[in-house]
Amino acid sequence: MDQQHAPSEVTFHHHVPGEENVKRIWKTFWVLLIITIIELGLGLLMYATDFPQWGDLAVKGIIAILTLAKAFYIVSIFMHLGDEIRNMIMTIVVPLMLFIWFIAAFLWDGNSYKNLRNTYDKHFEERTTEKKDTTSKH
Amino acid sequence: MSSTTTAQETKWWNGGRSPFNVEYGKLMMWYFLMSDAFTFGAFLISYGTIRFSQNFWPDPNVVFNAFPGAGHANLPLAFVSVMTFILIMSSVTMVLAVHEGHRGNRVGVMKWMAWTILGGIAFLLCQAWEWHHLITGQHAVLTDKNTIELIGQTMGGNPWGKLVDPAVAQQALAVSSQETLAHLAHEYPTKEAAARSLSELEKMPKGQLMGMIDMAHAHIREKGPIAFGGYFFGITGFHGFHVFSGVIINVVMLIMTNNGVFDRKGHYLMIEKAGLYWHFVDLVWVFVFLCFYLV
Repeated sequence: MDQQHAPSEVTFHHHVPGEENVKRIWKTFWVLLIITIIELGLGLLMYATDFPQWGDLAVKGIIAILTLAKAFYIVSIFMHLGDEIRNMIMTIVVPLMLFIWFIAAFLWDGNSYKNLRNTYDKHFEERTTEKKDTTSKH
Repeated sequence: MSSTTTAQETKWWNGGRSPFNVEYGKLMMWYFLMSDAFTFGAFLISYGTIRFSQNFWPDPNVVFNAFPGAGHANLPLAFVSVMTFILIMSSVTMVLAVHEGHRGNRVGVMKWMAWTILGGIAFLLCQAWEWHHLITGQHAVLTDKNTIELIGQTMGGNPWGKLVDPAVAQQALAVSSQETLAHLAHEYPTKEAAARSLSELEKMPKGQLMGMIDMAHAHIREKGPIAFGGYFFGITGFHGFHVFSGVIINVVMLIMTNNGVFDRKGHYLMIEKAGLYWHFVDLVWVFVFLCFYLV
């Protein structure tokens, strides 16, 4: 098979394409699959058991972290971002840091709106809050 | 890695070469995907804001518990697991196509592109089934007028509110329509109703039907937050649209590969760029999966 000639912008090839690359791809596949199965297990665990609210939140936090791990593997291995030059990686990753503020600020805002409504609109709170005795799961 | 040492020795910013060692189109694909990530992020965060502002939100395990051909069996998250698996798998076949492209293997590229396209179409079909099932599903809800009605999950209605006390629901039966009662007696029959067909039940008077519904198992709910439908269909629809356009792009790439366009160019960079887009679609699904189905 003749080696591909790169476009003029590309000075060197990131990795020698070969069997080890294929191995890496399948390894990543298994990692993604196993993480997904763990996530599903945790999701069903929340359904099957009656955790207190903080317990549910903790499990949801673990699932969110596992999701970030999956995202890392997809971007780093499948999209080969991990093989690029550091400066280029930074131009992608640094702007995405905006999400830290974005998520925190807006979830905080939603939560604050709920608290205000529950404080000043008792009818809303009564109508929409789940009573513990009728919540038995089937 | 050998590439790291090369990168240190090269003076990247002296001009005459790309300081990122990336072809222009590929770099721009990355920046497009970054902006697309913010679009999806804004949608998902908006959904999160509304969800955090509610005292009650439907449990995804209750909403997504159906499986094609399984009837009314309660299988929480089973079907969406299949959809997730299909998308991960198609991501693997895509990266294998890119790998074959690096080696200049035209037949290999075409083989893996074809599998990727199949995976994308399979995912879209699954989503079509899921939407259809949600929209046309008939779930018993207690309305504001204290009657029981059968509604599906649409943009204007959500049947997954708080569970209603069976005693309260029993009282609502008297003022609900005969048709609704016939459906309930068909879905949740007591022993004496079990053998009856729906058409038979539909001819019965209300008074008789009221005694034929097993209210302990009917799980009548209130209507849930209306925003659920808009966000679910909006965001999964926008993602589905990305999958659809990804499939179109991949089909174009397959045809171009077949026609030998990339062999004449001397490189398969276009496959890499299409691959980036396709992996991004998988990446977004990981977060849609998290926000709508898992938490």
